[in-house]
Amino acid sequence: MSQSHRIAGGQIERSKTLRFHFDGLPYQGHPGDTLASALLANGVQLMGRSFKYHRPRGPLSAGSEEPNALVELRTGGRQEPNTRATVAELYDGLEAKSQNRWPSLRFDAMGINDRLSTFFAAGFYYKTFMWPKSFWEKLYEPIIRRAAGLGSVSREEDPDEYEKGFLHCDLLVIGAGPAGLMAALTAGRAGARVVLADEDFRMGGRLNAETFAVGGKLGADWAAGVLAELSTLPNVRLMVRTTVIGAFDHGIYGAVERVSDHLAVPMAGKPRQVLWRIYSKRAILAAGATERPIAFENNDRPGIMLAGSLRAYANRWGVKAGERVAVFTNNDDGLRTAADLKAKGLEVVAVIDSRDGDEVIDTKGKLGLKSVTIRDSAGRTRTIGVDALGVSGGWNPNVNVHSHHRSRPVWNEEIAGFVPGADGPTGLLVAGAAAGGLSTHAALAQGQAQAIAALTDLGKTAKADSLPEAEDAPVRVTPLWHVHHGKGRAWIDQQNDVTVKDVKLAHQENFSSVEHLKRYTTLGMATDQGKTGNVIGLAVMAELTGRSIPETGTTIYRPPYTPVAMGTLAGRSRGTEFKPTRLTPSHHWAVEQGAFFVEVGMWLRTQWVPKSGETEWRQSVDREVLATRKSVGICDVTTLGKIDIQGTDAGAFLDKVYANTFSTVPVGKCRYGLVLREDGMVFDDGTTARMGENEYVMTTTTANAVTVFRHLEFCRQCLWPDMDVQLISTTEAWAQFSVAGPNARKLLEKVVDQDISDAAFPYMGAGNITVGGLRARLFRISFSGELAYEIAVPTRYGDALLREMLAKGAEFDPVVYGTEALGVMRIEKGHVAGGELNGQSTALNMGLGKMVSKKKDSIGMVLSQREGMVEENGYRLVGVKPVNPAAKLVAGSHFLEIGAAPVAANDGGWLTSKVYSPHLGCDIALGYLKGGDKKIGTRMRAVNLVGGLDTEVEIISPHMFDPEGERLRG
Amino acid sequence: MIIHHPILGPRDAQEFVYLGDESLIDRPDGMTAGIEAFHDYAYNRDNPAGAHRELWYHEQGDRSWLVVTRNTVTHEITKVELARDVARAKGRTK
Amino acid sequence: MANALKARTALGAHDPLQVMVGALVVTERFDVALASVAARRGRMGDLAKAAETIGLPLPEAARHASGEVYAAFWTAPEMWLVEAPFASHELIAEVLKQALGDAASVTEQTDAWVAFDLLAPDLAPLLERLCNVDFPAVVVGYATRTMVEHLGCYLIKHGRGTARLYGPRSSAKSLLHALEAAAHSAW
Repeated sequence: MSQSHRIAGGQIERSKTLRFHFDGLPYQGHPGDTLASALLANGVQLMGRSFKYHRPRGPLSAGSEEPNALVELRTGGRQEPNTRATVAELYDGLEAKSQNRWPSLRFDAMGINDRLSTFFAAGFYYKTFMWPKSFWEKLYEPIIRRAAGLGSVSREEDPDEYEKGFLHCDLLVIGAGPAGLMAALTAGRAGARVVLADEDFRMGGRLNAETFAVGGKLGADWAAGVLAELSTLPNVRLMVRTTVIGAFDHGIYGAVERVSDHLAVPMAGKPRQVLWRIYSKRAILAAGATERPIAFENNDRPGIMLAGSLRAYANRWGVKAGERVAVFTNNDDGLRTAADLKAKGLEVVAVIDSRDGDEVIDTKGKLGLKSVTIRDSAGRTRTIGVDALGVSGGWNPNVNVHSHHRSRPVWNEEIAGFVPGADGPTGLLVAGAAAGGLSTHAALAQGQAQAIAALTDLGKTAKADSLPEAEDAPVRVTPLWHVHHGKGRAWIDQQNDVTVKDVKLAHQENFSSVEHLKRYTTLGMATDQGKTGNVIGLAVMAELTGRSIPETGTTIYRPPYTPVAMGTLAGRSRGTEFKPTRLTPSHHWAVEQGAFFVEVGMWLRTQWVPKSGETEWRQSVDREVLATRKSVGICDVTTLGKIDIQGTDAGAFLDKVYANTFSTVPVGKCRYGLVLREDGMVFDDGTTARMGENEYVMTTTTANAVTVFRHLEFCRQCLWPDMDVQLISTTEAWAQFSVAGPNARKLLEKVVDQDISDAAFPYMGAGNITVGGLRARLFRISFSGELAYEIAVPTRYGDALLREMLAKGAEFDPVVYGTEALGVMRIEKGHVAGGELNGQSTALNMGLGKMVSKKKDSIGMVLSQREGMVEENGYRLVGVKPVNPAAKLVAGSHFLEIGAAPVAANDGGWLTSKVYSPHLGCDIALGYLKGGDKKIGTRMRAVNLVGGLDTEVEIISPHMFDPEGERLRG
Repeated sequence: MIIHHPILGPRDAQEFVYLGDESLIDRPDGMTAGIEAFHDYAYNRDNPAGAHRELWYHEQGDRSWLVVTRNTVTHEITKVELARDVARAKGRTK
Repeated sequence: MANALKARTALGAHDPLQVMVGALVVTERFDVALASVAARRGRMGDLAKAAETIGLPLPEAARHASGEVYAAFWTAPEMWLVEAPFASHELIAEVLKQALGDAASVTEQTDAWVAFDLLAPDLAPLLERLCNVDFPAVVVGYATRTMVEHLGCYLIKHGRGTARLYGPRSSAKSLLHALEAAAHSAW
């Protein structure tokens, strides 16, 4: 199809042709086009259907404020819904689809909603679908979702990359129109670090869309000259296609750079978009202004546009939106549109100026504008044929970012618009049209002045160079918000289909505050945040209530300024890169063995290591457990948190931190300890070894390594600031293996250089040793209940140590076991871990109440003795096994007495952890049972209503394996 | 937010972990104070709308605990001190 | 140190890795011994004296300084991470303990970290995609802890185009991946 509506001029590269598809049909455009400008050039006005009534719609604007022309861009995994055609940069091969229509854009079955509009007025959902409640989820919501809505998301994974970055500057300038360019130039020439960000792919702002002169040349040419100078300044960073989406605290701004959106496929290795976090000392909001329409009957037809946009399409893109056009305005800027269009050779058949008493009262043309009906001051009406109508209701300063910290914009009578109010974000200045300075001269002057003000504030000096000459037309506007003639619907918020009638209804029902108006009618709650509609809506409400606009007030805006893709917010944190992965020293060995891994926090730990022929995980785990208990097993326990604690007060410090005492631990020994929170609950547990007079190595659980360290620093700095204690994490510095089983010592004797006989290295011994001359540490501690050691070497040697132990100890058939076997053995032994250390349990609950020393002050000691936490019949840790060994247990099951009804009142506690014990030949579990210590030997039921399990169980000691501890002391 | 670290200058609040009211420094002595005093210490907070002295931990930094005076309404930060210095000024020792 | 065990680098190989992406050269350093040195309470003067005798620099906050054998950077109030050649100083913690006596707490940190040397004509385009450090603005010798893709790292600026990045050893692979991805994007 030819570009039937392309006219001369504009900033497009006519020598190159771009091919694209819209709803499957092929079209052509040029570099510099947006999808909207290219479609208009091809004579296509109809681009979408409205949200609620499925009204045919074309673009209202030529920028990011667009409420109507929302399309699905691209296909497959790259498909992106709700993209504004007015800002989508055209590229060769672009594919776009209209949305919210079926079966086609021209014939949409859901257009029936439009005829039923009486039923869909404001508050319709609230009133109609209230009852019965159960219908909402099953019936109403699915139907409404299908009928009303926006585009659809791709079900495929997005193949592109997104990124996050950080920028620093003295001055962030938001918007590169005349004000922003002048601000950036002033600050840039003064040597300040400047970031100039603009959402458009061509900087210059309105200058690109206007014909008037700046400094004696075409505005766009002046802008190009300034940009050329700025690009030579190393202290200035120009960021096109970059939308500042929000003002955050203390000079931090968020910005989305669309690096690759103008390409069919991003270049190799390049992200599609980058979310920048900009640290600025000062910022200038030079975001310009947005034209607002006037509400009149059927003002939403394709072909009806903002007058300034009509002008922009003609001037910047060389596109006539229609053959015969009219302009409806309440201000002088509308007249400028008429003049520019005429100059471009368009046939301007009428200029309807409401200040003369003329108004547009109705329009016709279902899929595109065909005629407008005009009523003059004398009440005469006439209908004229037009295929495009420019509407200008005045300009609203883009105060959005300035109100992100709840600053209320204030009404400015002179321009009939809201301008930024007081108490905006600290360090944010406003210049140009965004501040209400709507002439080009005002923009240039304010841009310069605010840049100087910002730099002066920072103790820098900037020169006020003479300003280029530019138009300084006064704003002449007589507000007209909606035309009172006509009975039909007049649209205010075109994206959410909010009409004047809806505002009237809200008023009738007393939802007349702006905040109620917004929520009752959904005015301004669509993806465009009401950039074109909000002010009209509240002005209509002001009229209805007889209040002034300042009395009525305005809602404020939240980030983001324009919608942001989820992928951009995620950045690189997705898929396997969602979080970093921590690998253990034995990882390579385990991969070679075909081990299975489990994520524990960020760690990837070996879960079990299958041998050939094993098809079920249980086969591997049972073998690992039995082999360890029979001879010897090795487990990588590097992931446990290790904290080096030194200083002359190290022992006294640990006495404060641990519920039990550590200052009395002899050098060369370790002790198991409980760390409580101040509320008396158990925070963490582990073994801590005294390596020297003033030197301890503390062990934490894998999960709490970070939080325990944080807690220790809190104790050290905030509670006991004069203690001589130094802390550093050594978790990653040492590769540590548990070597457990009756042959553990024999195996280790083949590896270590020292005598580690029971006499030389007794139970709970700890010390520095060597392994073939290499420095190492040995701790005689056991989680499995076996004779066990933990041996540590510098991490780089961990892999070799494991291989060495397996090779030198081959005669003992050592097995490497994973977290599953570790879990089985600790539960058999009755040691607490994740399920029991749930943050809601006390030492007493765990059967460790005696560990809490009352002879010294320690964190949590006092509150652990509170009433309710020392209940006689409180929860106690017990062991559980099914009466019928073949019966299954499930963690999370609740204890019930035999014959008791499964109701909350009869709840006796719950199973915290469950495993199959190859040693006992049945499922076993640990659990918290009310008065459990007195119920050992009795029978109860473990009931899991969700899983349909009701199993008779025997309550036993949690120490289900070697209760006397003979093995570990062997 | 930006926290002006007394040693390191302006740092992004993202590097910090928030704990809460500065009064957490005022831990009673477990050997002399009773359950009531500890209950008050562990659970009761003023929660002011306005200036609030609160504890932040520079976890992704130098591991200093800081006392930050922040307006909870405006997020304006008027003072940042090393918690250790604050604790000592309150008379805490070992 | 003579021993039978064969070392593996943080990336899992027997030899350190060097990768080139765009303008960036990443070199894994496997020849640096590390130890933390923290002054015992009230002993900063003693520590400073002892450090001076062995040529151990103890730079001010947020700085790195190099001596003849030792280099060091500040990590926390009265605490530093000390670098020395691994070949001669594998036992760095022991050596420093001997030299500094009870004026300091010394802890071996060699294998707690993976060290990547970064080299490019200008590292700013890379680092602005990885962390919030204002790399072009800070002085040579600046050292700071910073977050790179959720990983707590130390970044030391040695020049406009040279820096050392210490990351948690167990996450070496993730950190390298982040460097590579950012480098692809930066150049």
